[in-house]
Amino acid sequence: MATSAGVQLLGSWCSAFSNRVQLALKLKSVEYEFVEEVFYVNKSERLLNANPVYQKIPVLIHDEKPLCESLVIIEYIDEVWNGNGPSILPSDPYERAIARFWAGYMDNKTRLLSNIAKGKRFFGGEDVGYLDFALGCFLGWVKATEIIGGVKLLDESRTPGLAGWAERFRSHDVAKDIIPEAPKLLELIGYVQEAQ
Amino acid sequence: MLMTPLYALRRALLAGFRVEPVLHKSENCIGGERAAVQGTGGGPVRRKSELLQKSNPIYEKVPVLLHNGKPILESTNIVYYIDETFASPPLLPACSYGRSRARFWADFIDKKVFDGGAAIWRSKGDELELAKNEFIDILKKLEGALGDKDYLGGDKFGFLDIVLIGSSSWFPTYERIGGFKIEDECPKIGAWIKRCKGRESVAKTLPEPHKVCELVECSERCMELNE
Repeated sequence: MATSAGVQLLGSWCSAFSNRVQLALKLKSVEYEFVEEVFYVNKSERLLNANPVYQKIPVLIHDEKPLCESLVIIEYIDEVWNGNGPSILPSDPYERAIARFWAGYMDNKTRLLSNIAKGKRFFGGEDVGYLDFALGCFLGWVKATEIIGGVKLLDESRTPGLAGWAERFRSHDVAKDIIPEAPKLLELIGYVQEAQ
Repeated sequence: MLMTPLYALRRALLAGFRVEPVLHKSENCIGGERAAVQGTGGGPVRRKSELLQKSNPIYEKVPVLLHNGKPILESTNIVYYIDETFASPPLLPACSYGRSRARFWADFIDKKVFDGGAAIWRSKGDELELAKNEFIDILKKLEGALGDKDYLGGDKFGFLDIVLIGSSSWFPTYERIGGFKIEDECPKIGAWIKRCKGRESVAKTLPEPHKVCELVECSERCMELNE
């Protein structure tokens, strides 16, 4: 089993993609150093060296080796710390293919997937998993968008399955302290607008 | 009942139109490394069969691997599925870090190469020049990943080579329209393409580049008629 020594995450509290990796590390009880990158102001040399291809967070650094792209990092965490806590991806190859497909779909599309959550507590089943992380990381920004736009995106009357899932995910132990609160994000947007 | 990989693949149908680059990623994996697969053969690009629409209702695109009636979508996902279902010989590296690097570059290729190349044949004038330069930049990044190795995975043809080589049939079309030569701009990638095409499994699977050119010319004429 891998040790948690030498694990660093270059990320940001307000980045949904960084939050994904934080969720995975928390589920696996991996201790790590979180390095806040103020990427929306400027990109540090550390980040540019760790991710020269995309120059983006998150980057997980394990034993001095960098890993990039949030969904790729989650699979690495699931493999390396496979003895810690529940699995993030399903064990069955077909179920893994389905999970990878929908995670890729979520990254490509803006449409919400109420049918998948129907009848289950989480996308992962009875507990959170890969797809919950892939989508749940955006919940802070969804709430902020609802406040700015004065519109309910996750409406209990229209998509009760998805709204119920969102509430359960926000309340889950693994998500607390990681998914940012909407007021903080709104304050950040105000900050970003001043800096430009 | 436990199925051997060969028996399982005899029951797998691969539906698709033969010139589509992502189709050949999956075929390379199956045809070159495992067993022959029966292709159903597709119709022209614009007519999507009922089987395709039923198998991939989300995107209605090829390729789709049907294994015991269950559809697996997206070519890289299909390759991962094949590697996880039929464990020998392995396609991805054994160590977790190597596997992550392979997944990272596969994701990069999926996101950048086909769309980057398509931008070339869909553009004109200044936009074409920009698209050409962006595509060359994408290949230069891949050249960085290749380094001095014979293949993207190392000494042997493997997963990442499968992921990228399928797109190579489209490269001569991009070169013709963009007015550049990959062997001049990215000589290591040029050499890697020749090396991969020297393999029998690759040569038998990939379409002739001239067929891709004909497809693009046909699409261009269709686009002009619709304007």
